[in-house]
Amino acid sequence: MATLQEFRTSEKSWWCPGCGDFGVLAAMQKALVAVGASPDTTAIVAGIGCSGKIGNYINSYNIHVTHGRALPAALGLKLANRDLMVLVAGGDGDAYAIGMGHFMHALRRNYNVTYIVMDNHVYGLTKGQTSPTSEEGFKTKTTPHGSIERPIHPLMLAVSAGATFVAQGFSSWQPQLAALIQKGIEHPGFSLINVISPCVTYNKVNTYDWYKKTLQNLDEDSAYQANDRSAALAKLHQTEELVTGLIYQEPSTPYEDLIPGFRQTPLVKQDPHVDPDTWDKILQTLE
Amino acid sequence: MLAWKIGGDQGEGIDSTGDVLATVANRMGYYVYGYKHFSSRIKGGHTNYKVRIATTHVEATTRRTDILVALNQETIDRNVHELEGGLLLADQSFSPVLPEGAQAHLLTLPLTEIARNLGSVMMRNMVAVGASAALIQLPLDVFLDYVTKKFEKKGADVVNANREAVTTGYQRIIDEYGALLTFKLGTPTPGDRLVISGNDAIALGAIAGGCRLMCGYPITPATDIMEALVRWFPAVGGAVVQMEDELGSITAVIGAGFAGARAMTSSSGPGISLMQEAIGLASVAEIPAVIVDTQRGGPSTGMPTKQEQSDLLALLHGGHGDTLRVVLTPGSVEECFEDAVEAFNLAEQFQTPVIIATDLSLALWQQSVERSSLNGPNVSIRRGSTLSQEDLLALGENVFQRYQFSPDGISPRSLPGEKNGQYLATGVEHGPSGKVSEDPTNRERMMNKRLSKLDGVTAIRDGFRYEGPERPTLILVGIGSTVGILREAVKQMGGQVGLAWFRTLSPFPVERVRNVLATAQHVMVVEQNALGQIRQMMAAHGVSDERFTSFLKYDGVPFLPEEVVTRALALLSPVEVQ
Repeated sequence: MATLQEFRTSEKSWWCPGCGDFGVLAAMQKALVAVGASPDTTAIVAGIGCSGKIGNYINSYNIHVTHGRALPAALGLKLANRDLMVLVAGGDGDAYAIGMGHFMHALRRNYNVTYIVMDNHVYGLTKGQTSPTSEEGFKTKTTPHGSIERPIHPLMLAVSAGATFVAQGFSSWQPQLAALIQKGIEHPGFSLINVISPCVTYNKVNTYDWYKKTLQNLDEDSAYQANDRSAALAKLHQTEELVTGLIYQEPSTPYEDLIPGFRQTPLVKQDPHVDPDTWDKILQTLE
Repeated sequence: MLAWKIGGDQGEGIDSTGDVLATVANRMGYYVYGYKHFSSRIKGGHTNYKVRIATTHVEATTRRTDILVALNQETIDRNVHELEGGLLLADQSFSPVLPEGAQAHLLTLPLTEIARNLGSVMMRNMVAVGASAALIQLPLDVFLDYVTKKFEKKGADVVNANREAVTTGYQRIIDEYGALLTFKLGTPTPGDRLVISGNDAIALGAIAGGCRLMCGYPITPATDIMEALVRWFPAVGGAVVQMEDELGSITAVIGAGFAGARAMTSSSGPGISLMQEAIGLASVAEIPAVIVDTQRGGPSTGMPTKQEQSDLLALLHGGHGDTLRVVLTPGSVEECFEDAVEAFNLAEQFQTPVIIATDLSLALWQQSVERSSLNGPNVSIRRGSTLSQEDLLALGENVFQRYQFSPDGISPRSLPGEKNGQYLATGVEHGPSGKVSEDPTNRERMMNKRLSKLDGVTAIRDGFRYEGPERPTLILVGIGSTVGILREAVKQMGGQVGLAWFRTLSPFPVERVRNVLATAQHVMVVEQNALGQIRQMMAAHGVSDERFTSFLKYDGVPFLPEEVVTRALALLSPVEVQ
């Protein structure tokens, strides 16, 4: 069993002191230990932005790709070696702006990876511009008079798009967040964990204190059942997505189990040569 | 050698009619080459399919048509000029008219009516097949055997009706026009050949080369590669994913390459443009990836169903930053197979993206190919420099340097799943361990390391081929589908004319090009784009001089061998004509 220490690297963090992403990193490492993961069989895919640096701080196989494209990279990685535990990290810009197309299709494809979105409602690494999840009226360098666009509601989108696992955590609430990531990893399909991860530098509205006052914790709501898609939508609508906990989960068969002829043995462990009999059969289709 | 053509509206089964003729002639031991004229629509609009049937290898179309089968008047109006005294078989149903001055013998048969009487107008194409067999003077029984097999699964009634359709078409021609049948194809050369396209050959090469994941987005003229792999991959445990776009396609391929699988994507110009950023990622993070560009008319949507070779500069230089890509350019269907296999070898050996550039004509037009040239189980697979689990365990924890400097620029890689091999692969500049680095010295060394890797490709691959005399008066230089056309032009011209073609555009085989072209009095670079892109590359490498001339075409229509001959003779005439 790997320890927390084994999932750490010697790299010093580039995040601002107090950044919510520290909490996300810690919870990911705790969840990896809790599920019994090993650094050599764990792969982390990240996009661009403050969130994209998370792979630098976790000892595992890391790939840091182009802006918005973490999900397709994770798909290729998982299909190449389905024995790997694949975690994907992105921010609200990476996931819901430049990467929105991939997000929707990852949900409907339902391949077995865990997507952790570090959502702070603002662009941090480019020094403070509006984001798809910024609230209306939110003032930034690109919206000096306040955002005039409506925010995206990623959780409702995910539930509507056919997601099989949707949860939201808060970087300050470590035990719940680590447990949600663990559940997501254990879910046999695509799991989305949107994490409220406050930006202490560029978002002076949606602060730790603000979230602590407004967030509703589903763990304290014994009546809520996370297996009903319309109840999930109702809850998200009613709370304006200011809610943490497991929002929706259904039994799922991952994409890689549904591909015709696709084997349980990972591609990377198969002989790349084609055998003569199979080759003859393939050529016969051209006769 | 004979050229047969059928024309009608799109969606009327023109393709399947041509396919029957090509397949049967190929089985008899003839060499075939099929050329289709089509547009970006599904139903309606003129389409035609020309099949050349020959007793020797053929890899180009031609100006002349010997037999034209017309299912509507538009086919006659658009194509009759190619006949030069040949036969025109037209369906009586549209009351065909031979345009004034046309040099053709008009033959009519009630193709539609015969089919209707046999039960369905759908069988009109089979009547046309039978009639064509008679016109070309091929034996009826081989066509009947084909039809029997083709419709076997649909039951005896369907088989019999189609056999009847073929027989009736055949017999009516013999009975009514027997006196006009003077074509003699010559004796076929028996052999074991398949009628396949460049796209088929690339899909086959991918399987032979160990590719087991294809992520793509449909686009003309690349889609066949994806569809072929959908058909064949289940037998080898591979997967095709139809992605949401080309950004996703290439990035999924990179994810798989990082994991250690052989993966590919295929597209055409518009999709390749979208992939450029990610190709840069694969270059800088040193991740193998194979990308096929089946070029078509550009820019933007351009001419999706028309031939062009205008992506070449973009394939080399389309991304931002300083990168070198490996760009392979097969010049025949057989070379498509070879290069597809080799692309995966080079991608892993040099840990870099490899692009295979074909073009619409090479990608789509089917021709006879020896089965022996498609020997999948026998290809060599080179995985490049990797560290085994034992190597990594011997190394110890936190020691492995994924991007360590080396004389040839290649650093052994670990694969996810291996202990002690963890590292960060990133598009950000990094040091030998993979960790992000902005150190100026490291930056220069890393850039040089990546750029120097391609010298290794030049060392192991003949990037410029030549066939012809030792002291040529003229060398024709081509790429992609143009190579087959030039080969036929050389044959027609005879004399001291040679043919050279690029197998690798990047790294540019500058020494080979200089040596091959050194003794030529004239060099004509024949390429299908407006800017003379290959000639520009040659000039940039200092191998273009006053002996060089360009022959460019960018109207969407492939070069004809006859056009090349005319141009070449005009070039030579001041020197050679007595």
